[in-house]
Amino acid sequence: MKLLVAVKRVIDYNVKVRVKGDETGVETANVKMSMNPFDEIAVEEAVRLLEAGTATEVVAVSLGVQQCQETIRTALAMGVDRGIHIKSDEELQPLAVAKLLAKIVKKESPDMVILGKQAIDDDSNQTGQMLAGLLGWSQGTFASEIALAEGKVNVTREIDGGLQTIAIDLPAIITTDLRLNEPRYASLPNIMKAKKKEIVEMTPEELDVDITPRLTTLKVSEPAKREGGIKVETVTELISKLKSEAGVI
Amino acid sequence: MPVLVVADHDNSALAPITFNTVTAAAEITADVHVLVAGNNSAGVAEAASMISGVAKVLHAEGAAYEHQLAEALAPVVIAQGKNYSHILFPSNTTGKNVAPRVAALLDVAQISDIVEVVSDNTFVRPIYAGNAIATVQSSDPVKVITVRGTAFAAAETQDVSGIVESVETAENPSISAFVGDELTKSERPELTAARVIISGGRGMQSGENFEMIEKIADKLGAAVGASRAAVDAGYKPNDYQVGQTGKVVAPELYIAVGISGAIQHLAGMKDSKVIVAINKDEEAPIFSVADYGIVGDLFKIIPELDEELEQQEIKPR
Repeated sequence: MKLLVAVKRVIDYNVKVRVKGDETGVETANVKMSMNPFDEIAVEEAVRLLEAGTATEVVAVSLGVQQCQETIRTALAMGVDRGIHIKSDEELQPLAVAKLLAKIVKKESPDMVILGKQAIDDDSNQTGQMLAGLLGWSQGTFASEIALAEGKVNVTREIDGGLQTIAIDLPAIITTDLRLNEPRYASLPNIMKAKKKEIVEMTPEELDVDITPRLTTLKVSEPAKREGGIKVETVTELISKLKSEAGVI
Repeated sequence: MPVLVVADHDNSALAPITFNTVTAAAEITADVHVLVAGNNSAGVAEAASMISGVAKVLHAEGAAYEHQLAEALAPVVIAQGKNYSHILFPSNTTGKNVAPRVAALLDVAQISDIVEVVSDNTFVRPIYAGNAIATVQSSDPVKVITVRGTAFAAAETQDVSGIVESVETAENPSISAFVGDELTKSERPELTAARVIISGGRGMQSGENFEMIEKIADKLGAAVGASRAAVDAGYKPNDYQVGQTGKVVAPELYIAVGISGAIQHLAGMKDSKVIVAINKDEEAPIFSVADYGIVGDLFKIIPELDEELEQQEIKPR
């Protein structure tokens, strides 16, 4: 079976983001960027299926500015076969990304597309579900385990009360939760090998997709700051503060 | 035009977050309708009609809706929802699963996890794990939205039931099926609705040690949570996880035990009214958001706390 994985370049998860003074967004200049952590899990899962002989080919797609090619290279170094870069300097919102991915799916006809459940920058948690909707495919979101069986995938999903297992028909969309797997580190030889792998570049215009944003960000501001608290010495003092001062117990 | 709220439920009771979602809907317009799609769910539809501010309940009854699977649910939401200016879902795992599928099929953007309604087309939502707050305006004819429950009060209920209208079911594409579930059983309050939460992190060192904080939870009527580190280490199941990738909570009192306070954890709890941190590392980032902090060994402090609560006869409220 053929797999497609979608990967996004985001501000590294360890970076404490700073809101710009003019409230137009967050500071991205000279900030460390890396692959969205949920997408690393998507790549790892796809590569494991490749190594198990279940998958025959894995293609990674990233959408956005030129530097997204570095993100695709990372996926290639982890074991993905080839890459597709949909280049755009415009802001791409989940609906536009889903439409672009749907075009790639039509071209490549994978049996399964694996995406992260959410990007840690916009925190939308939408693209996989939207792609499934546009294609009319089944969706296994927030997956912590997947098992392939005869034209179906059994997906164990992380839901509010615990876990849920569903059986979905192929072709299908899977979005990964953190506990699906532990992504590998790319070794130096694999990083070198990845340089030789192919990345095809395309544009939204070539794919004939209207990427006009539907949502306009009016402003981005700092969250309300919490008042600095106090340290107490003893448990007795803590309880008395919680009782009389805070009034919460 | 009225606003539609898609209820989350388990066919016998409404999920509490549905009530918060109704409050958000009422801030958009006074004309709020609720869609209940389920199996043997007449009781749920009636309960929804008893929520204050709900003008009408649309009830779709069918075996396909039993487990709220996205593939089956989306068509009925779309069939009903296209007559509405706004379709609101609770931002829990059910809403997050279905809402974007509905939005894509209506060819509109979806707005995730709103914490404030500014006007009928402008909403506020956190981004970057809550480290920035975006105000966004939608240009779409139908706004598909998920609502962060902890940001809106729960709507009240009344004693009389309102209008419940049966609506036609939509065709189920039958490309997904429920196999089974494994739900965590707990006598304690549900995490996202609890008034008090006590959470443990990596500092707990083992799942057995969580018993210490569970004893305190029972004295305070609290729910028990966990950090990602504690879940990954297998101390607690994943549905206990509080944070960017787990549950977002905003209780009156949040007690963080042996949790350092990574950005991802703070994203899930920093809107709590009062935060208490118990940590042996004086430099832990959790102290920068805590109202009250104790620096020290949790294995000494927690038993002391337990004893003190016992002596002072503090009871759950």
